[in-house]
Amino acid sequence: MPTLLTLLLALLLPTLARAETIMVSNEKDNTVTVLDGGTLQVLRTVRVGERPRGIVLSRDRRLLFVCAGDSDRIDVLDTESWRVVRHLPSGSDPERAALHPDGRRLFVANEDDNMVTVVDVERGVVLQEIPVGVEPEGMGLSPDGRFVVNTSETTNMAHVIEADSGRILANVLVGARPRYALWEPDGRRFWVSAEIGGTLTLIGADDWKVLGQVSFAIPGVPPEAVQPVGMVFSRDATKLFVALGPANRVAVVDVATRRVERLLLVGQRVWNLALSADGGRLYTTNGVSNDMSVVDIAAMRVTRSVPVGQAPWGVVVKP
Amino acid sequence: MAGSPALSRRALVAAAALLPSAARAQASPLVIGYLSLRPPRPLAATLLEPPPADEGAQGARLGLRDNATTGRFTGQAFALEERRAEQPQAALEALRGLLAAGLRLVVADLPAELLLPAAAEPGALLLNIGAPDDALRNADCRRNILHVLPSRAMLADALAQYLAVKRWRSLFLAVGPAPGDQLLAEAMRRAARKFGLRVVLDKTWTHEPGAQRTDTGHMSIAAEAARFTQGAPGYDILLVCDEAGGWGESLAWRTTDPRPVAGTQGLTPTIWSPVHEQWGATQLQRRFRAQAGRAMTPLDHAAWLALRAIGEGATRSQSTDPARVINYLRSPEFELAGFKGARLSFRDWDGQLRQPILLAGPRALVAVSPQPGFQHRVSELDTLGTDRPETACRPS
Repeated sequence: MPTLLTLLLALLLPTLARAETIMVSNEKDNTVTVLDGGTLQVLRTVRVGERPRGIVLSRDRRLLFVCAGDSDRIDVLDTESWRVVRHLPSGSDPERAALHPDGRRLFVANEDDNMVTVVDVERGVVLQEIPVGVEPEGMGLSPDGRFVVNTSETTNMAHVIEADSGRILANVLVGARPRYALWEPDGRRFWVSAEIGGTLTLIGADDWKVLGQVSFAIPGVPPEAVQPVGMVFSRDATKLFVALGPANRVAVVDVATRRVERLLLVGQRVWNLALSADGGRLYTTNGVSNDMSVVDIAAMRVTRSVPVGQAPWGVVVKP
Repeated sequence: MAGSPALSRRALVAAAALLPSAARAQASPLVIGYLSLRPPRPLAATLLEPPPADEGAQGARLGLRDNATTGRFTGQAFALEERRAEQPQAALEALRGLLAAGLRLVVADLPAELLLPAAAEPGALLLNIGAPDDALRNADCRRNILHVLPSRAMLADALAQYLAVKRWRSLFLAVGPAPGDQLLAEAMRRAARKFGLRVVLDKTWTHEPGAQRTDTGHMSIAAEAARFTQGAPGYDILLVCDEAGGWGESLAWRTTDPRPVAGTQGLTPTIWSPVHEQWGATQLQRRFRAQAGRAMTPLDHAAWLALRAIGEGATRSQSTDPARVINYLRSPEFELAGFKGARLSFRDWDGQLRQPILLAGPRALVAVSPQPGFQHRVSELDTLGTDRPETACRPS
């Protein structure tokens, strides 16, 4: 019997070890929920600073940077010991952050201070503060690390910032209340979602001009409820998944044709998205229903809903 | 401006100081007027929130700052010219002064009877933040007025939708003697008919407040409230119409039957409330508090919205020409983010800003109207207030 058990464990362990870890920030109860990607069980709930929203992994994935807005700092969470090992300065009210490919510079949007703060995550110091529009939020780094795009929610602009100098190269007007900026993997174009405008804007990196717009019409859902926020590409970057907020749906946009191909019904007020490490699943944070939906991408079906903390906001996957 | 000693004058210029290289510098700022009639107030009904002297103006100043931040990137500059008068005649003189100085866009915190003569001044383009009167959106509408604050009908509809959802259908209407209270009561009666509610008792409150600060004053108010609500036919909720806030607070907890209170007190339909923190409202509340040192009131919010509408119109139309800005505000392309989870725009039939209405308790947000399920073929926001087929507005 013991040998059989050992055998079973030996068979199981590699799969368990391979399973990814999902991390969800919970805006209202000041925690990060850690889930096992294989079983979708909650492994632990970690206390962090107040109002955690944006979360981003370090390059070696050992650390999770948590924007603790009401604590005015970034908490650094060790993803093995699950302890907050350090606080980083962030400027006032950090909401969302993006890590430069160099692994050192974290670009932080300071929502109540009209600033983007650049933090050196190794030395723990602020390198630069870049004045932007009112209520900066979205932070999108180009794949080569040359440009960072910040969206400002009340100014309704995407600010293209040269990452090394902090110089603003262009200010592109987009739809009302822009929330998220996402570069295509080849670095030639980026997408911006506008929560109140209800649109996506596609912008080219050659001349920072608007190339096109995508809007969403959902039968039975009032247009005001269609509020695009988080976005993520499918692994092959042919599809763009867009969280539509209180429309309670994730839209699947074909990148080549810019057509909305499908609408997947998920939990309430879906804000942010992450792809599983193998690209087979999509995880969504649903801020009103306090859960995470799991989408099987091959089948284009929502397969599970997993309760997490209160007002789940950000989600990342550690392979 | 002689004869108006209380006229305060203040100019805020938010210059495009930090122009990034990409922005074009533009010569003259878009100067926006802010005109308010603030007669000396009677004693407030409560010591909790003394009415701020700069109510409204602080909202406009914050809107100007937000516009200026955007203007840094577009090369547009904005300035605010504030005028405040205690007397109607002084307010009109101040308006003439602004227009003579070349201003066109004026944010107006004026009562209806003053807004109409103001709109008759040649060249004025007014953004109404002070007069909720439905007549201004109907028979008395003017082409050169945009209404930023909700009408009384919108507020009443917002509350009535919620009562319909709760199936609290029998209403006891307690109405003050002030003209505004009477108009609000009329809006409530109309809303009740529109949403299948029934006014089972309709009474005017005549008792003079003022006893509340005398010793044992609470006893005489309690006796008055009990008398007022005694013998009422069965009702679900007491609706109070007391816009000045003089006596409405006296009714909650003192009704003969245990019934909730809504209207101008209790559960209140409003453009804005300090309790609101959804849809990023926390940011606006904090920005405002940092600037003004107090909470943002509904009037402050309307003023902020008016400035932001102008700013958005200037940004999108790429112009600081007042007429072009106003044209853009009236166009179907215009949309404004107002921290209430829906894009705001102006109705083309009466110039009213369509917007969600908050239903706020004293310490918590209770609901936001339109309520789910009240559908409309164009915009669910148009289930609140006078819709296109009903409008009596024929702007000349």
